[in-house]
Amino acid sequence: MTELSTTLFGLLIIGAAVGGAAVLTWFERRLLGIWQDRYGPNRLGPFGIFQVLADMLKLLTKDDWVPPFADRFVFILAPTVIVIVMMLGFAVIPFGPELQVIDLNIGLLFFLGMSSLAVYSVLLGGLASNNKYALLGGLRSAAQMVSYEVFMGLSLMGVVMLAGSFSLRDIVLAQEGLWYCIPQFLGLVTFTIAGIAESHRLPFDLPEAEHELTAGFHTEYGGMKFAMFMLGEYVGLILICCMMTVLFFGGWMGPLLPPIVWFCIKVFVLICFFVLLRAAIPRPRYDQLMGLGWKYMLPLTLINLLFTGAFLLVMES
Amino acid sequence: MVNAVVTADSGALEELLATLPDAGMAQQITADGTPTVWVPRERLLDVLRHLRPGFPMLLDVFGIDERLRQNKPLPAQDFTVVYHLFSVERREEFRVKASVSEADAVVPSATPVWPAANWYEREAWDMFGIEFSGHPNLRRIILPPTWEGFALRKDHPARATEMEPFSLDEDKQVVEQEALRFRPEEWGMDRASDDSEFMFLNLGPNHPSVHGVFRIALQLDGEVIVDAVPDIGYHHRGAEKMGERQSWHTFIPYTDRIDYLGGVMNNLAYVLSVEKLAGIEVPPRVKVIRIMLAELFRISSHLVFYGTFVQDVGQMSPVFYMFADRERLFGIVEAITGGRMHPAWFRIGGVAQDLPKGWDTLVRDFIDSMPARLDHYQKMAMDNSIVKDRTVGIGAYSGEEAVEWGITGASLRAAGVDFDLRRDRPYAGYEDFDFEVPLGHRGDSYDRAVVRVEEIRQSLRIIRQCLDNMPEGPYKSDHRHTTPPPKERTLGDIETLIHHFLNVSWGPAIPPGEACVPIEATKGFNSYHLVSDGGTSSYRTRIRTPSFPALQQLPLISRGLLIPDLIAIIASIDFVMADVDR
Repeated sequence: MTELSTTLFGLLIIGAAVGGAAVLTWFERRLLGIWQDRYGPNRLGPFGIFQVLADMLKLLTKDDWVPPFADRFVFILAPTVIVIVMMLGFAVIPFGPELQVIDLNIGLLFFLGMSSLAVYSVLLGGLASNNKYALLGGLRSAAQMVSYEVFMGLSLMGVVMLAGSFSLRDIVLAQEGLWYCIPQFLGLVTFTIAGIAESHRLPFDLPEAEHELTAGFHTEYGGMKFAMFMLGEYVGLILICCMMTVLFFGGWMGPLLPPIVWFCIKVFVLICFFVLLRAAIPRPRYDQLMGLGWKYMLPLTLINLLFTGAFLLVMES
Repeated sequence: MVNAVVTADSGALEELLATLPDAGMAQQITADGTPTVWVPRERLLDVLRHLRPGFPMLLDVFGIDERLRQNKPLPAQDFTVVYHLFSVERREEFRVKASVSEADAVVPSATPVWPAANWYEREAWDMFGIEFSGHPNLRRIILPPTWEGFALRKDHPARATEMEPFSLDEDKQVVEQEALRFRPEEWGMDRASDDSEFMFLNLGPNHPSVHGVFRIALQLDGEVIVDAVPDIGYHHRGAEKMGERQSWHTFIPYTDRIDYLGGVMNNLAYVLSVEKLAGIEVPPRVKVIRIMLAELFRISSHLVFYGTFVQDVGQMSPVFYMFADRERLFGIVEAITGGRMHPAWFRIGGVAQDLPKGWDTLVRDFIDSMPARLDHYQKMAMDNSIVKDRTVGIGAYSGEEAVEWGITGASLRAAGVDFDLRRDRPYAGYEDFDFEVPLGHRGDSYDRAVVRVEEIRQSLRIIRQCLDNMPEGPYKSDHRHTTPPPKERTLGDIETLIHHFLNVSWGPAIPPGEACVPIEATKGFNSYHLVSDGGTSSYRTRIRTPSFPALQQLPLISRGLLIPDLIAIIASIDFVMADVDR
């Protein structure tokens, strides 16, 4: 791709991610509604789709207020961080054989790096608010994300070993014939769990935990800055689903339909799965979540690594 | 059928009089037959200490302003303090009264004997200005600290129109603002320990999980709760004061709003007390209709509990299913009573109307469909391992502690205390029904939920028996206090006309006396202690609710736990703030 078309494609991806996240807010509420014996937002436009516009209008026109007791600069910076790093994460995703903003040879590491940076957003937002609930939310998110980061990275090493590359494009190409969701099933499970924790959605929404911390780290946020946090969360959800598609479900590969369509279908199904998780599972306690991470998930990923390594050694010799 | 044993007075009163013959006690006969004894305040603590082993549960402590009472019992002076005791084993109540004058309104505090007296005595101080010497923290509990006067005294105005117009000038505003400032010392909490400084977190009065307007000041070390001090009174509406102004009948709608999830269950506690005072017997059909409606509301209340309980531990979906069921239930309630949450449908001596045509089909459809749905919820919520991890062993108390703190209802049974008023001291006709009393054994948050879920099934069983055995007959008793004479006959002679006129204009005049009939309401013991002075309205209405002691006990079971645990506990104790503050 030429430089210009790469730029255009990048912008297109950003537009699609933001648009997708906006539609996702509506889609999630409708889907939850169906599963919970109720309608969800169904009044505006066909199936209520214009609810997205109404929500956007409301959030955009709200008073852009910064609490007088907050650390003004950091308070404003925090929500922008999450949106920017989540958007950057999309740069390395191969949507099709030729559809990729940039094919970094360390694409996977780049993604992990970006998702680690997202924790700063939540942490800084919680600290800068100068509110006790926000502080507790920020603290929780720091601990939660740092712990889950560890085996999020490790859970993907099995994939890297099998593919022999950090480039996401190569990883997809290496899945020709057998998607990694089968040989790397343990990796898939642990990555999914780490993914929910990273995107801090229910059941792992402890930094937010509305029943305990009212709204956790974004208690003091409103209007557009709140919308940025939400945008970051939903873009993050799409990003995680894209990564799962790329790493475990053969990326764009599939018969008959064009590659990009296959990619979108896979991402869509995964998003539905994440919404279902949200509808079905209660929230564990903070220390239980940590216990789960360190006591079960980390050993599981290590076992996975061990077996993958052993398997590769046996195959080679 | 359950063979309920109604133990008559087992001789506690005679025994007391015999053991402490020099205490100068006097007996009072009340309409409800509860042994009632007047004790001079000098000997009050002796008597209470003596009664403590036999009656481990302090149900209630409250005041009565006797100054305007015509038919006051002999030992009464200006104010009376009433201690209402209960024994689970003997299934008996006991009442101790102490009398004080206005100039010297001091009685010794009962907190050394029953720790649960703490909040009740604060309330009596708040409402009557009766001082309890030796009380650890005698501050206002329900009204704001800046309140002037004592609200339940007879000379305190009951309506805004009896007072000066309200104004808030700047000075007053400063004073009010200052009164709201949070000083941990005033709440009995230190700012720092030897090695760490505590964080104080103000949970509520507006917080998603406190079920209404309830505030808890938390003393935190990290996220660990060092101490939790509840602050109540935000939902106070002066129901007891209103009881002194409304006629016997027109107070019924106010009772609906005490435990606002319990609907007609509140009516039941009230009308039973009035009927006891007036000696009214109700026809069999009324009994069964009342029980059916009360059990429908028990299910409704428990469904709300069930849904919010799992929602508060973070499961998002079940509450919607349970509210959908409750909606169907309200459909039935609406068809029968015309109301939904607050039907105000029971009447003194009966119910407002007969059952409508086709009620049985509605009820049958509902109770037929519920068991399968409950099985489904069981799998979805109660068997969920995360729900169990969050609630098993959290906020546990023993049966003894529960009794000591006045915990009643399902929360008491969750700790393994096998007691249910409906079975063990039947009222309103429960002796004719066959049902089981589910028990827990750990007394923790999970068991409190388990017991309530099982109670839904038992209530369904009771409703089915109502459905199959609904007696024919009148829906109100033919008693002169409850039913005006037939209209045709009023046109025949003047006496009947006068009687009819008085009955529908002033309402009935209930004979002087005192009565209190505790019932097993949705959340525990609910009772209305009514004092009649022979007038058309109550002289004193004391509402004993199960939620009040439950909140008093909250700090005890939440110390040392985390904030999420506190939320799980709050979700599991099943209270509504209107039931606490009244």
